[in-house]
Amino acid sequence: MAFSRHTEDNLWTLIAAPTVWAFHFLLSYVVAAVECAPNSDIFEPIGGTRLLVAGITVIALVAIGFVLWRSIREWRYHGGGYRHNEDTDLDRERFLEFSTVLLAALSFVGVIFVAMPALTIWDCR
Amino acid sequence: MLHDPTDPHPPPEPTRSRAGAAKAVAAALPVLASCSGPQSTFTAAGSESESILHLFYVMLAGASVIWLFVIGLSLYAVRSTPARDSARIGVRLIVWGGCVFPTVVLALLLYWGLEKMPGYRRPADGPRIAVSGERFWWRVAYDVEGEPGIVKSLPTGGVESANEIWIPVGRRTEILLGSPDVIHSFWVPALAGKTDMIPGRVNRIVLEPLVAGVYNGVCAEFCGDAHAQMGLRVVAVPEAEYAAHVAAMAEPAAVVSGRGVDAFLGNGCAACHTVRGTPAAGSVGPDLTHVASRLTLGAGLLENNRENLTAFIRATDHVKPGVQMPAFGMLPDDDIAVIANWLGELR
Repeated sequence: MAFSRHTEDNLWTLIAAPTVWAFHFLLSYVVAAVECAPNSDIFEPIGGTRLLVAGITVIALVAIGFVLWRSIREWRYHGGGYRHNEDTDLDRERFLEFSTVLLAALSFVGVIFVAMPALTIWDCR
Repeated sequence: MLHDPTDPHPPPEPTRSRAGAAKAVAAALPVLASCSGPQSTFTAAGSESESILHLFYVMLAGASVIWLFVIGLSLYAVRSTPARDSARIGVRLIVWGGCVFPTVVLALLLYWGLEKMPGYRRPADGPRIAVSGERFWWRVAYDVEGEPGIVKSLPTGGVESANEIWIPVGRRTEILLGSPDVIHSFWVPALAGKTDMIPGRVNRIVLEPLVAGVYNGVCAEFCGDAHAQMGLRVVAVPEAEYAAHVAAMAEPAAVVSGRGVDAFLGNGCAACHTVRGTPAAGSVGPDLTHVASRLTLGAGLLENNRENLTAFIRATDHVKPGVQMPAFGMLPDDDIAVIANWLGELR
């Protein structure tokens, strides 16, 4: 296989960013539940849990950011644009790259929204 | 039909728009009328409901502006000729209007909403009341000791009552919520949001009424046949009045002997009901020690009077379908009347 700086896009690269979003959601939920599900000592600060959520959020944003950066770069390299109705490999590639850009951007915002409660909520009340 | 300009009697100005407006107002009246009253979030008589109502109005105003803009844009898009607008403007509109704008607006709204939440649940400075959601009524105990948690039940003890909660105005009353049977949800729309009552778990909600009054509460989680008839009243009064009420509730029953008591005990009512001061100490149904002092019968269902007391004893499942108490229609009318009369004296 010849070395190439470009990924050949497929359905797996397309769903990479939403998958990171999904795992970030699940992990944030589990981390918060482990701390707060017992519903006791509800006014105790939960700094550790908030830091943990911040940590997995940074990791998720870096991962999604990488997908976003790669897909934008390749989409532009392949000519950009929003028309990809030709029956060619290039059009298919550009279509997948642009779809990846959109999904990665949505996932980026999604992860930030999921993490936002950790900014404003200080305890388990 | 065209009008002849030479006609000396022109037809009357069309009144359709005015009639249409009148019709629209008439149609909206029932909706507008439901925007107040003892069971409305629009009444906003509590600190939490007031803040939520403010949030709602801001969102409603913002949503109206955005709605008008989007509808205007749609009309423009239908009428404009595509050639006149460049594709670049279209893409910009989608990126800024369709992606950036909603993301920023939603982020701000989300932050605003999240930032309000801890305040609603900040510590209480008033009494602590345990409220248990039961099928299909509310067990109430004033001045209990206890904390929220899981794998536990509501604290026992306190001054028992049912289907009516008195709370002091201007104080933050902590309500501990639980259930022995199925999931219920405690909701007093005029005062605060809703919180689930889950078996094996103690939750909390804080009620801070700002205006004295009687507010309706409902069960907000489907719990069985009589779910819709599971109501309660919250009576917000000045602090001294609250203390006097709880002291009165702590007293034994006003009348603890006589034909009424005998009929009550003789017909098995005591298996489920407590009347403090008499041998009746059942714990399945509501405490009836001061039943006549309550505003309603059957968990917020009926006005509290002799007639309804009699009907409730005689045809319980008729006035409250799905109720767990069996009807006592087989008792002689005289017994029912004697029991109803006695209960009617328990103020």
